Amino acid sequence: MSKTTRVFSGVLVLGVVAWLASGAVSQEPIRIAYIDPLSGPFAATGENGLNQFRYAAAQINRAGGVLGRQLEIAPYDNKVSPQESLIQLKKVTGDGIQYVFQGNSSGVAHAISDAVLKHNQRNPGNRILYLNYSAVDPALTNDKCHYWHFRFDAHADMKMAALTDVIKANTRIKKIYIIGQDYSFGKAVAEAAVSMLKQKRPDIQIVGNELHPIGKVLDFSPYVQKILASGADAVITGNWGADMVNLAKAANDGGLKAPFYTYYAASDGVTAAIGAAGIDRIRLVHETHPGNPTPPKALSEYITGYRKLHPKNDVNQPRIHTGLSMLALAIKKAGVTDVDKVASALEGLEFTNLGGDQVVMRREDHQLQMPIYISVHTNKGIVHDLDASGFGLSLEHKIERDKAVQPVVGCKMERPS
Amino acid sequence: MLELVVFSLLNGLVFGLLLFMLSSGLTLIFGMMGVLNFAHAGFYMLGAYLGFSVTQQVGFGTALVVVPVVVGLLGALVERQGLRRVHRFGHVAELIFTFGVAVLITEIVQFAWGRPAKRVEIPAFLDFPLFRLFNASFPAYKAFMLAVSVAMFVFLFVILTRTRAGLIIQASLTHPGMVAMLGHNVPRVFMIVFGIGCALAGLAGVIAGPVLGTFPGMAQVLGSIVFVVIVIGGLGSLGGALLASILIGIVQTIAVALDVSIGGALASMGIGLGAGGLLHELGSVTVAQIAPILPYVMLVVILIVRPTGLFGTRET
Repeated sequence: MSKTTRVFSGVLVLGVVAWLASGAVSQEPIRIAYIDPLSGPFAATGENGLNQFRYAAAQINRAGGVLGRQLEIAPYDNKVSPQESLIQLKKVTGDGIQYVFQGNSSGVAHAISDAVLKHNQRNPGNRILYLNYSAVDPALTNDKCHYWHFRFDAHADMKMAALTDVIKANTRIKKIYIIGQDYSFGKAVAEAAVSMLKQKRPDIQIVGNELHPIGKVLDFSPYVQKILASGADAVITGNWGADMVNLAKAANDGGLKAPFYTYYAASDGVTAAIGAAGIDRIRLVHETHPGNPTPPKALSEYITGYRKLHPKNDVNQPRIHTGLSMLALAIKKAGVTDVDKVASALEGLEFTNLGGDQVVMRREDHQLQMPIYISVHTNKGIVHDLDASGFGLSLEHKIERDKAVQPVVGCKMERPS
Repeated sequence: MLELVVFSLLNGLVFGLLLFMLSSGLTLIFGMMGVLNFAHAGFYMLGAYLGFSVTQQVGFGTALVVVPVVVGLLGALVERQGLRRVHRFGHVAELIFTFGVAVLITEIVQFAWGRPAKRVEIPAFLDFPLFRLFNASFPAYKAFMLAVSVAMFVFLFVILTRTRAGLIIQASLTHPGMVAMLGHNVPRVFMIVFGIGCALAGLAGVIAGPVLGTFPGMAQVLGSIVFVVIVIGGLGSLGGALLASILIGIVQTIAVALDVSIGGALASMGIGLGAGGLLHELGSVTVAQIAPILPYVMLVVILIVRPTGLFGTRET
C-alpha cells in the first residue's frame, strides 16, 4: 500500500465511523436519569414516581418525541441516601446522561445539587442539568440556588404561605401545634409556620413545636397525648410516609379531633391507611388540581390512562408530567440537547399543566411559579380516588399564582458566560 | 398535667408490652439455642402481612389463631432444613444464615403483597374507646394488646418453670448431652422452641400490624429495638425481657412529654453555654427530641455497667 492510499483509506475509515456514529446518535433516544429510592422502606414512593415518569415520557414519545428522538427514563436506585445518590450520579455521568430528575428528600437534593454544581464547574464541556421535581426545602432555590438546578414543585414556604392564608381566614383556630421530622425539610416547615403565623395571625398561639427523628418513631400515641394536653385547635405537619400514617392513626385512636394541615398525607398507601380516620380532618397543600370534585378534562384523561396501566398507583405527582414536558419543550426550543442551551431555554418558560393552570419557570431562582391548592381527605364526591381506596382529595381552596408567589431570597446565580 | 402523666404511663405500658411480645420469642430462642435470630423481625413482618390477608378473607379471630401456627411451622421448617445444617459451622455461620433469611423474607413479602403500605383496620368489635379521661380516649384495642401480652408472659413463664416440657427445654440448654442420654431428642426440642419463638413473632405481627402499620420497612424499624430489649433484659431471660420492654416503653413515652433541654436545665442553675456555639446547639436539644434514641443510650450504659443485662447470666 502506498502512502497516499494508506492516508486515503485511513480518512475513509474515519469518515465511515463518524457517519455511523452520527447516524446512531440521531436515532438514539434522549436518556433521562431518575435517581430515587427503588429499594428499601421508601421503594413504593420511588417506584410510583418512576412509573409516572415512564407514563409521561410515553405520552411525549407518542406525540412524536423530541427533535425526532424518543425520551427514555433510566432509573438509578439511591435508597434515599445522599452518599448512595452521589455514587449513582457518578454512574449517570459515566453513562453519558445529561439530565437528572430527583425528588425524594431534600437531604438528597442538597447533595445532588452540590455535586452537579461542582461537576459542571470542573467539566464545562460536559455539563449536566438537575431537575428537581419534589424536594421542597426553600434553600435549594434561595441561598443554595445555582444555574443548573430547576425546581418544578412549590417549595415549603410557598406551600406554607398558602396554608397560613387559609388558617388566617379560619377564626376558630386559636392554638396551633407543629410537629415534623427532624431534618432540613421538617425544620423548614416549622420555621416557616412560626414566622408566617406571627405575621398573619399574631393572636394565634403556637402551643407546640416538635421535631421527632425521621422513620424511627414506632408509636405516636405519646406525641398525640402531648398535642391533646396542649389544647391545640389545629396541627401542622410535614410528615410523610409511615411517619404520616402512624401519626394520623394515633390521633384517631387517642381521640384527637383537631384538623391536620399536611404536605404529604396522600397516596402511596397513606390515603388507604388513613382511611375513615381522616375524613374532613386531614388537609393537604399541593401543586396541581386534586381531580375532585370536578376534574379538569386533561387531568381526568391522564389519571384514567395511568390507572389502566397501574391500577393500584396514583398520579400523585402531576408535577412529574409538568417537569418532563417542560424539559421536552426546552429541548425543542433550543433545537439541541446541549445542556447550556436547554437550561437557557427553560428560564422563563411557560407551560399549561394538566390542571389547566399556566405555570412559569422564574428566571431569577429557577423556581416554578404556580397556583397552590388546599384539599381535604374525604370519600364524598370523589371522582378519582387514591390508592383505590374510595378516599381521595377534594378541592377546598385555590391560591392563584400571583398570590402564591414568594420573593427571591438570597439567590445570586452565576450564569455561564 | 395529670392527664398527660396517666396517659403517658398507659401508653408506655402498652408499647412496652408490645415490645415484649416481639422480643419474648427472640430471647427464648437465644436463651435456648444461643442463636441470635436476625430473621425474627422478618417473622413478625410475615405475621403482620399474613394477618392482613387472613383478616380480609376470613376474620380477625381466625387470623389470631391460624397465622401464629403457620409462621411457627415455617420457623420450624427453617430450623429443621436450614439452621440445623448450618449449626455445625458455628455461631458466625448461624448469624449469617438468619441474616440471609431476614433479607429473603423482606423481599418475598414485598414480592407477594407489593410495596405500598397496607391498610389494616382494627377489628370492628375492638374499635371503640374503652374509656375517656379528660379529653383523651383510650382505645379498647390497646387494652386487648395489653391483655394478650400479659397472657403470653404468663403462658411462657408457666411452661418454662412449671411443666415437664419446660424442664426438658431448660436442661437441653445447659446439659444437651445429658438430656440426649436420657432419651430426649434434643434437636427436636430446639426445632420446637424455634417454631414457638417464630409463632410468637407472628402473633405479635397480627396484633401490632393495625397499630404500628404494615409496610415493607416494618421489620427494619422494629428489628433493632428488639435487640436492645433482649440485651438490656439479659440475653435469654424472659423476666428481663418483660422488665426491659416496659422500662423502654415508659422511658420513651415520658421522654416525649418532656420539653426540657439540657441547656435550659443548666441555665436554671445559672450556667450559661454561650450563644451560637456548638455547646449551645447541643444544649438546646430537648429530651423529647432524643426520646427515640434513649433506648440505645440505655443499651450502651447497660453494656458498660452490667454486661450480662438486668437478669441475664451470661456475658453478652
